[in-house]
Amino acid sequence: MEASKSTAEAARDVPGTTRSAVPGGATRSSSPEIGYNPGLHKWSLLLAFCTLLLVVAGGLVTSRDAGLSVPDWPLSYGKLMPKMEGGILYEHGHRMVATTVGLFTIVLLVWIFRAEHRSWMRPLAVAALIAVIVQGVLGGLTVLLLLPWWISSSHATLAQLFFSTTVVIALFTSRQWFRRPSVVPEDDENPLRGLSLAAPIFVLGQLFLGAAVRHKAIGAIYHICGAPLVTCVVLWVSMRILLHYGRNRELRTCAVALITITLTQVFLGIAAYMTRIAYADAVQPMPLMVTFTVLHVAVGALTLAASVVLAILVRRNLGERVTLPELTADAASA
Amino acid sequence: MVALLPAGCGSAPEATTHPKATVPEGQVDPSSAGNISGRILFAGDKPSMPSIDMSSNPSCERQHRTPVKAETVVVNANGTLRNAFVRIKDGLAPAHWTPPEESVQLTQSGCIYEPHVVGIMVGQTLEILNDDPVNHNVHAESQINPAWNISEAPRDEHKFRKFPREEILFPMTCSVHPWMRSYIGVSSHPFFAVTGEDGSFTLRGVPPGTYTIEVVHEKLGRKEGKVTLPVSGVASIDFTYGSQ
Repeated sequence: MEASKSTAEAARDVPGTTRSAVPGGATRSSSPEIGYNPGLHKWSLLLAFCTLLLVVAGGLVTSRDAGLSVPDWPLSYGKLMPKMEGGILYEHGHRMVATTVGLFTIVLLVWIFRAEHRSWMRPLAVAALIAVIVQGVLGGLTVLLLLPWWISSSHATLAQLFFSTTVVIALFTSRQWFRRPSVVPEDDENPLRGLSLAAPIFVLGQLFLGAAVRHKAIGAIYHICGAPLVTCVVLWVSMRILLHYGRNRELRTCAVALITITLTQVFLGIAAYMTRIAYADAVQPMPLMVTFTVLHVAVGALTLAASVVLAILVRRNLGERVTLPELTADAASA
Repeated sequence: MVALLPAGCGSAPEATTHPKATVPEGQVDPSSAGNISGRILFAGDKPSMPSIDMSSNPSCERQHRTPVKAETVVVNANGTLRNAFVRIKDGLAPAHWTPPEESVQLTQSGCIYEPHVVGIMVGQTLEILNDDPVNHNVHAESQINPAWNISEAPRDEHKFRKFPREEILFPMTCSVHPWMRSYIGVSSHPFFAVTGEDGSFTLRGVPPGTYTIEVVHEKLGRKEGKVTLPVSGVASIDFTYGSQ
């Protein structure tokens, strides 16, 4: 009895697990998912997908050395649509995808304000819109100020954060989110809440270092040294879930996904670095180097998003911390 | 009466490293001036010049019948090095040298820069031309001078820029065509040269004295040497780079 009470309270701590969203008494498998809006969810998924494309487009701009191919902003060569050639294709293409993502974000905001019954979703949508506007301004400033590293790196890092925001919105609007989670108590000997927060924080720091390397603020050694540390933190969180909370399907699935993405990211990082060394004397960006580097940037965004989702799911699926022997004693006396 | 020849004439630079108030005007007495000359040699295996891949830009590629080679390290047939910037680094009396009125041209032609290395004086005008049927951006990646980035469409008017401070060398790049790269050497005095197809240089009209001559190459780095120029005489100094 105590355990079920504490887990229900824990579920309310997480946005979206309100009683109105999931009527009490509904079983996990037969929940009618009241409030689920398939159109809104699909739109959120589309926005997240387009944002990932935007991250790829931004990565291409940097890897192709095309960041200053269009010297003016917000217009391009004084036009809305310049001739798409050479670096202009990447830089102006990036601006076009960014504009699309900005418009999609506005639509999402309006949709959420009109159709979403969970009031806490509104600040999230507003935050997404503010982020995409700030991101656009940072993109413009970095062009006008000739790529100062702190603006370019902030632009790159905010891109990753914005992508995670769109993924989180897609998570909160998903059918799965409207189902009652199968809450598991937090094991006192294997705490997870704090640890799960460490993963996105470390990943974000590593992404910032990566951006600073790409924009020539620091040497690659800092990003390279950070990689094993971040990988260890991610594996620590994920393995703890698999070993101690593996009976929870949501947590198990997300942990496996995070491990897979992270190991892929490590491989891509090594490949990107090796190609960069191999083509150090090249007179122009080489396709293989560009490919691995851009994939490394994109999978970096996925790593952050997966770690953020995992931290959220931990709070959704984890009950209050309990010490198992005491719980057994209470249950016995009851 | 001995005529005193200024090294250049025309409008004053926008700013220099030597304020006019404290530094005299740079002048050369032609009756005592001489020339410093030499060659920049390259020892060792001649480095290969990689071809530039312009396939992603057909408008650029169509302008060349054969693949264009990158000019990062160009060793001439006589074993000398092309595109080395040579100048007097030390030894000149402090002076403000007036830049010549003539502009120095940097042409974008066939999606490459011509010349590959540009020598220019502080305050002298750099005239940038676009002979190509494509858009270019021109990005001065200077560290000491203010950096800038401008666009130049196919039939745009020529662009003009000046550099207020001495800076040896910095790249000028085009992000539309990432292989495009030239180097600019901005000198505070007129005693500089860029080596060409014979790898030689001559610094003309230099006052007699002992000087430190510096050679700067975009990839092979810097070298220095001392030379003494007698009154109305000539002096010679060679430098040798090796393959890295």
